[in-house]
Amino acid sequence: MASPSAAARSGPPVAGPVKSRRNTELALVVGAVLIAVFGYVEVGANIDGKLPSGAVGYGAALGVLALLAHGVVRWKAAYADPLLLPIAILLNGIGLVVIYRLDRATPKSAAAPTQLLWSALGMALFIGVVILLRDHKILQRYAYIGALAALVLMVLPIFFPPVYGARIWIKAGPLSLQPGEFAKVLLAVFFAAYLAVHRDALALTGRRVWRFQFPRGRVLGPLLLIWAVSVGVLVLETDLGQSLLFFGLFVVMLYVATARTGWIAIGLILAASGVAVVGWLSPHVHSRVSDWLDPLGSIAAGQGANQIAQSLFAFAWGGVLGAGLGLGHSILIGFAAKSDFILATVGEELGLVGLVAVFLLYALLISRGFRTGVALKDPFGRLLAIGLAAIVGLQLFVVAGGVLDLIPLTGMTLPFIAQGGSSVVTNWIIVALLVRMSDVARRPLPEARP
Amino acid sequence: MIFRRQRPDPEKPGQDGPGKDRPKGSANGPQGLPGISVTGRRAGTFCLLLIVALAVQATRVQVFKADSLNHNSANQRLTIQRYAQPRGNLLVGAEPVTGSAPTGGRYDYKRTYTDGSQFAAVTGYSSQVFGNTQLEGVEDGLLTGTDSRLAGWAVWDEVARKQNPGGDVYTTIDKAAQQAATQGLGGQKGAVVAIEPATGRILALASTPSYDPGTFAGSSNADQDAWNKLQADTNQPLLNRALRQIYPPGSTFKVVTAAAALSNGVVTDLNASTGAPYPYILPGTTTELVNDTSSCDQAGLSLDIAMVYSCNSVMGYLGAQVGLGRMVSMAENFGFNDPKLDIPVRPARSNFDTRMNQSQVALSSIGQFDTAATPLVMAMVAAGVANNGTVMYPQLVDKLTRSDGSTVQLMKPTTYKQAMSPGVAAQVQQLMADVVENGTGRNARISGATVGGKTGTAQHGVDNTGVPYAWFISWAKPSGSGNVPPVAVAVVIADSSATDVTGGGLAAPIAKSVMRAVLTGG
Repeated sequence: MASPSAAARSGPPVAGPVKSRRNTELALVVGAVLIAVFGYVEVGANIDGKLPSGAVGYGAALGVLALLAHGVVRWKAAYADPLLLPIAILLNGIGLVVIYRLDRATPKSAAAPTQLLWSALGMALFIGVVILLRDHKILQRYAYIGALAALVLMVLPIFFPPVYGARIWIKAGPLSLQPGEFAKVLLAVFFAAYLAVHRDALALTGRRVWRFQFPRGRVLGPLLLIWAVSVGVLVLETDLGQSLLFFGLFVVMLYVATARTGWIAIGLILAASGVAVVGWLSPHVHSRVSDWLDPLGSIAAGQGANQIAQSLFAFAWGGVLGAGLGLGHSILIGFAAKSDFILATVGEELGLVGLVAVFLLYALLISRGFRTGVALKDPFGRLLAIGLAAIVGLQLFVVAGGVLDLIPLTGMTLPFIAQGGSSVVTNWIIVALLVRMSDVARRPLPEARP
Repeated sequence: MIFRRQRPDPEKPGQDGPGKDRPKGSANGPQGLPGISVTGRRAGTFCLLLIVALAVQATRVQVFKADSLNHNSANQRLTIQRYAQPRGNLLVGAEPVTGSAPTGGRYDYKRTYTDGSQFAAVTGYSSQVFGNTQLEGVEDGLLTGTDSRLAGWAVWDEVARKQNPGGDVYTTIDKAAQQAATQGLGGQKGAVVAIEPATGRILALASTPSYDPGTFAGSSNADQDAWNKLQADTNQPLLNRALRQIYPPGSTFKVVTAAAALSNGVVTDLNASTGAPYPYILPGTTTELVNDTSSCDQAGLSLDIAMVYSCNSVMGYLGAQVGLGRMVSMAENFGFNDPKLDIPVRPARSNFDTRMNQSQVALSSIGQFDTAATPLVMAMVAAGVANNGTVMYPQLVDKLTRSDGSTVQLMKPTTYKQAMSPGVAAQVQQLMADVVENGTGRNARISGATVGGKTGTAQHGVDNTGVPYAWFISWAKPSGSGNVPPVAVAVVIADSSATDVTGGGLAAPIAKSVMRAVLTGG
């Protein structure tokens, strides 16, 4: 009996061995590395008119890491979705290229070497997770410990000095970490485990108001509590992006688990009231909202272009085809050009075409995550895969929407691309979990093996 | 799409945790609600819709709003791009008088000038902060490389965003003449324009006091300071007096009046009586038009005498005899009343009123009343006479080239107006030669050359209390040459500290040195 997902992929259901698609993955991985190396060479050629001296070392480092990761997937997760790893490598590679390119505009602070180290660490963790995590259901057992750990991670930065107005960093010597990045994975695990157990109770009990069914407080209590604590901590740390992300993740996973549209209604009401209250209380948020509504307002007021305006200038300069790697001026955005605003450089130098290509990569990655969730059989795995994919999707929307002036700017890192060690490591763990779970989802049932 | 709803559901009854007896299909959640397969797909579709929203917004910003954002005043990109490569050069003869120097700042290159103050009236300035003027302004597209005539494969260049290297502008300036003009003006306030009569090529274009455009080409504090200082200077060094300032031409305008009188048959014989009365009472008034010298104070003087001694009474009378319409048309032959006499830099409009009574016509005919001219137009008067009556269009640019030296555009001599017949022109030449030989213009005599000229000393200010403008217009050719004189000049000294301000005393020697520089070739 063929696995359902294989049947879906090849049209009419056919009996026979499920293809592992590992060679497809290898080809795509090689392609991803080559594209990244080509981008690196382009930056050097466009800025200096010659090949960058580090091209060989850079290409070799990325290539070796990529092949190692592929080898481990081939060895330990032979039926994993063949698109997940190549897309992650390509996005990470594009990020390294763009950061290297921005380094060229800031000769005094080079971020690319550090980012390459973090990427290596992330890929090492990817390898570790794929090898060590035999079955994702094990995670279900540690859900509550994980939730506690997540809370600790989120509270920790309060004891460290704020960086650019946000208390989201902890510093240890030369290292600075954003623990909230790790916390979101732990929270996704917790939400998945909790909802897998309680989803019937959440869905079936409660009272009906007009067309929506609202759950009872007793069932809702623990969830609401952990959500309130996490959001409260984040508001205290003035990290709105993470706050928005956790909230969105919470609502999406609740809806997926219970199919209750009431959750969406509650979510929208909570979000609206939250935004109103925070916007009223915090001048920081208030200015973000007014910048969003009128990004060019500061120019008319004679204060020059603010960061959103500079970001829009960068995107506009890129036009359809882009200025070319190394030939844009997104460094004018100023601080956070390599992290929160990195997408503006992509838009300026690769144009709308390059930007949409990057969006499509994310869309593929996310849809593969959701597809993994739908194909799995255990509720915990399903919810976890969907939650992890939703993290990537929501984070992309919050970041890209912010720098494109679609929504207020909230300061978050673009998955895999933006500068930031914690972020890149976390995203590699997310992909590792998805690879692990997609292997389970696609693996032929034991009795089907010849 | 990525989520196919008709796909068989992978969830099989009996394998899912709660709700073991759910029917297959979409209603396999708790109590007939949709299962995770359905809600998961919906959530996935939602995420994809978010990405579609991002792509739509990106298209809005990068395609539809791109142009207005690119041209936003706070967006530095166009400015950065403009200074990203060395600017093309302006050349005098074969030598560039400009250059580009790397700044090490955000704007890669800034303009430099060789002998900047000497050529400032020609080049204008190109400043990162304060803009571009004169040739630097008019030819900016070519110099920066954005001129479409520089493009090779336009479509591919557009895709690749290739910036063409800036082209070069070859001026018509004669270095020796320019130098003579600048030195002659010295510390005085004034201007010189020299033209090659047969072609209209501008050989010298000087204005003093001048400025060094290189001092504020960049965007540093020093540039700002230099600019502020120039702006605050009451002597207006940034004013190009040769092109942008009009002065009453005074007696130099009598050349135009003489040409009109001869062309229209009011005078036929240079040495016969013009019939001008003395004293000459301005028509319709009781005011006498007085002369500066007693040599003019008699009736029936000839045109030649009237020009040699610069007799106001005779020339005013002749102007009134010619009449408004014909005076206007003769003045316009030389560039008066032309608001767009672009060389290609646009000069100020020189004025000769078109609605006047007879007394005003008489006054205007001796270069007073509302008559006012740029030094450029007065040089065109001298050049038109010298070129046998044909006024050539004045040109400051010889040719435009690409950075590789290939020609983009070559300027050709163009006739502006046929002001008078060659016969009349020969008569006016005779008059001007007599002025230099025997009259007020003796300071312009050059040995071995035939020089024709006319002085002017224009009163101005309230009750004529201002220091008079000292004018001289002239042309010169080697003695005995039958060719068109190679040079015509107009000189004005606007505010001299000399005790005896006259055109012959102050302006003629400068004209002489400029003409000699052209005649001897350096």
